[in-house]
Amino acid sequence: MTFKRPDNRKFDELRKIEAKAGVIKRADGSAYFKIGDTIAYAAVYGPRDLYPKFLQDPGQGTLRCSYNMMPFSGSGERVRPGGSRRSKEISMVTKNALLPVLDLREFPNAVVDVFIEFPQTDAGSRCAGICAASIALADAGIVMKDLVSAVAVGYVKGNVIVDLSKEEEDIEDAADIPMAIIPYNEKISLLQMDGILPKAELKKAIEMGKHACKKINEIQKKALKDKYKI
Amino acid sequence: MNEDLKKHITLLLAENLRFDNRKSDEYRKVSIEYGVVKSAEGSARVKIGDTEVLAGVKLEIGSPYPDKPDEGTIIVGVELLPLSNPEFELGPPSIDAIELARVVDRGVREAKSIDFKGLCIEKGEKVWLLVIDICPMNDSGNLFDASSLAVIAALKDTVFPEVEDGRINYKKKTDKKLELKNNPVEVTVSKIGKNFIVDATTDEEKVIDARLTIASLEDGSICALQKGGTEPLTEKDIDDMASLAISKAKELRKLL
Amino acid sequence: MSKLLVKDKEVVVPGEILAEGMDYLPSYGTYRDSEKIICQRLGVANIDGNVLKIVPLTGKYVPRRDDVIIGKIIDVSFSGWRVDTNSAYPAMLNVKDATSSFIAKGADLTRFFNLGDYITTRIINVTSQKLLDLTMKEPGLRKIEGGRIIKVDPNKVPRIIGKQGSMVNMIKDSTGCNITVGQNGLIWLNGKPKNEIMAYELIKKIENEAHISGLTDKIKNYIENGKK
Repeated sequence: MTFKRPDNRKFDELRKIEAKAGVIKRADGSAYFKIGDTIAYAAVYGPRDLYPKFLQDPGQGTLRCSYNMMPFSGSGERVRPGGSRRSKEISMVTKNALLPVLDLREFPNAVVDVFIEFPQTDAGSRCAGICAASIALADAGIVMKDLVSAVAVGYVKGNVIVDLSKEEEDIEDAADIPMAIIPYNEKISLLQMDGILPKAELKKAIEMGKHACKKINEIQKKALKDKYKI
Repeated sequence: MNEDLKKHITLLLAENLRFDNRKSDEYRKVSIEYGVVKSAEGSARVKIGDTEVLAGVKLEIGSPYPDKPDEGTIIVGVELLPLSNPEFELGPPSIDAIELARVVDRGVREAKSIDFKGLCIEKGEKVWLLVIDICPMNDSGNLFDASSLAVIAALKDTVFPEVEDGRINYKKKTDKKLELKNNPVEVTVSKIGKNFIVDATTDEEKVIDARLTIASLEDGSICALQKGGTEPLTEKDIDDMASLAISKAKELRKLL
Repeated sequence: MSKLLVKDKEVVVPGEILAEGMDYLPSYGTYRDSEKIICQRLGVANIDGNVLKIVPLTGKYVPRRDDVIIGKIIDVSFSGWRVDTNSAYPAMLNVKDATSSFIAKGADLTRFFNLGDYITTRIINVTSQKLLDLTMKEPGLRKIEGGRIIKVDPNKVPRIIGKQGSMVNMIKDSTGCNITVGQNGLIWLNGKPKNEIMAYELIKKIENEAHISGLTDKIKNYIENGKK
């Protein structure tokens, strides 16, 4: 069945992206990442002292991620502040998506805190958050093998499409597959799915996701370099 | 603990100078942007120097208070996001967040900027609730003034959504804008030794003896007061601080 | 064939491929992945012969042995003081490393350094667990009195000091301020108010433009124009 995307995008086309590094002065590193109508801010503080003491790891630094939606960021009703089970889970998978590229052995007992906030969301928020967090970590001078790039791939009416919007996510039987890729070795550090997908399509979804993430990666790199443009 | 810093700031203030070359009654650069968040019914971003605050208004339908059956109301909340300041922690609102929310709330409420009776949908049953959330993005000092400006600007930006079958359809906007009868503006004046300054930066906030936040209206009348800090103020102090605040509020109001 | 993919002094980002081939050697801020040398820290590429390293543009201070830093006293115990080093790791300053004078056991140490005092001090040891030992028993190391302390990005400190102190001396001469630069990014300024503000603005300017060449001349011009 031919499926036309509500905003007329091609199946492998991303929404418009804007990315900027160093947007929060008090943070050690920060970034702004906007994809379509989803806006993510990330701030990195650290490495810094970690309290309570029992959380300290004498072998290496600890990464702590917090994903939070601002109360006015939902697509309809107000989002109650204070986080939810959903935001706690996303905080955890975000941390696991970023950890593989980081080397925190130089910072035993310390913590690198990553705070991700959303003033406005239109699907793909956890992926936008990971993209923003990667830029912010690099901006903070943290040693990283690569940036991490993420996008939500979808399976709608028999078609694999890239960068789902909320409208597409809400289509009946749509599958939402957020994924994060480490560009230099193409390994996948985040993979989740909501929905039903024939196994044969999973490979295609990942391939299209990798391709999209490469494009996103170029934009992330440019955001960092632009900060130092003369 | 900050005695040396205070001594030094006072030395400069004796020549009407501050660390960033401002005079004691000068604000950093102030900018106000409207409609920055599509998912809110009204929103604004205010920058004062490097301090940046986002405010968003969400409209809800709820039951009125029993003693005010024909009035809607505003609810102001502040989340001191750890993203904006290395000293903010995750968790329930701290006392600072609560104070900030309540002081900003009083500024708008007591000024009667909004006709609460106009927010009534069905007396005793349904009223509009304006839920305002303030989220600092970067705290380089003076969150009070930035937050209060952001709230007024966000309220000015507010448009009512469609109500269908008694439920709000957030995806459809009406062309009914929220009307503000006046524009209360809060100015925080801080006392360091014998000097008064406005728009304190993070360093200055560490050494103030006391602060007075004054909300005022176009006609110069005062609609909210909050004294903070541990040192007491004299009557003359309060008089001088209020005059300074009212004149600065007039300048800030022009930017709305 | 080995291939260099970036220019000297170019701004590079993590994940960027700097060179291909086994003729190039990875140094600080880079790593080898089979045939490629890849950047692992945001900074400026430095190509010295066939050695590639990164000069970082950002990042918190990492304490190093022999660095002279400006620390802040954050705790006083019976045997010494705990010092904030503007890094993830506080340091211990023992009484015996602080002064050559005799201090009786149980003496009130706040008479020497109190909470909130700033000191210039040298790091004499950094363990693998990042426990730091400090000393003040050297000429020039002292408790800081008066003036103000500002913070800059520690990676910009070499630029602010300049070759053999040329940059910081230029600022001292033109503003008449006393300036002490800590390797950890804390800087002490003391002078007449207007001059202090000028010194602050010059330092901030250097901090923001540290990665741009021709900075020394730019600052010279800035100072000349400021005097007009």
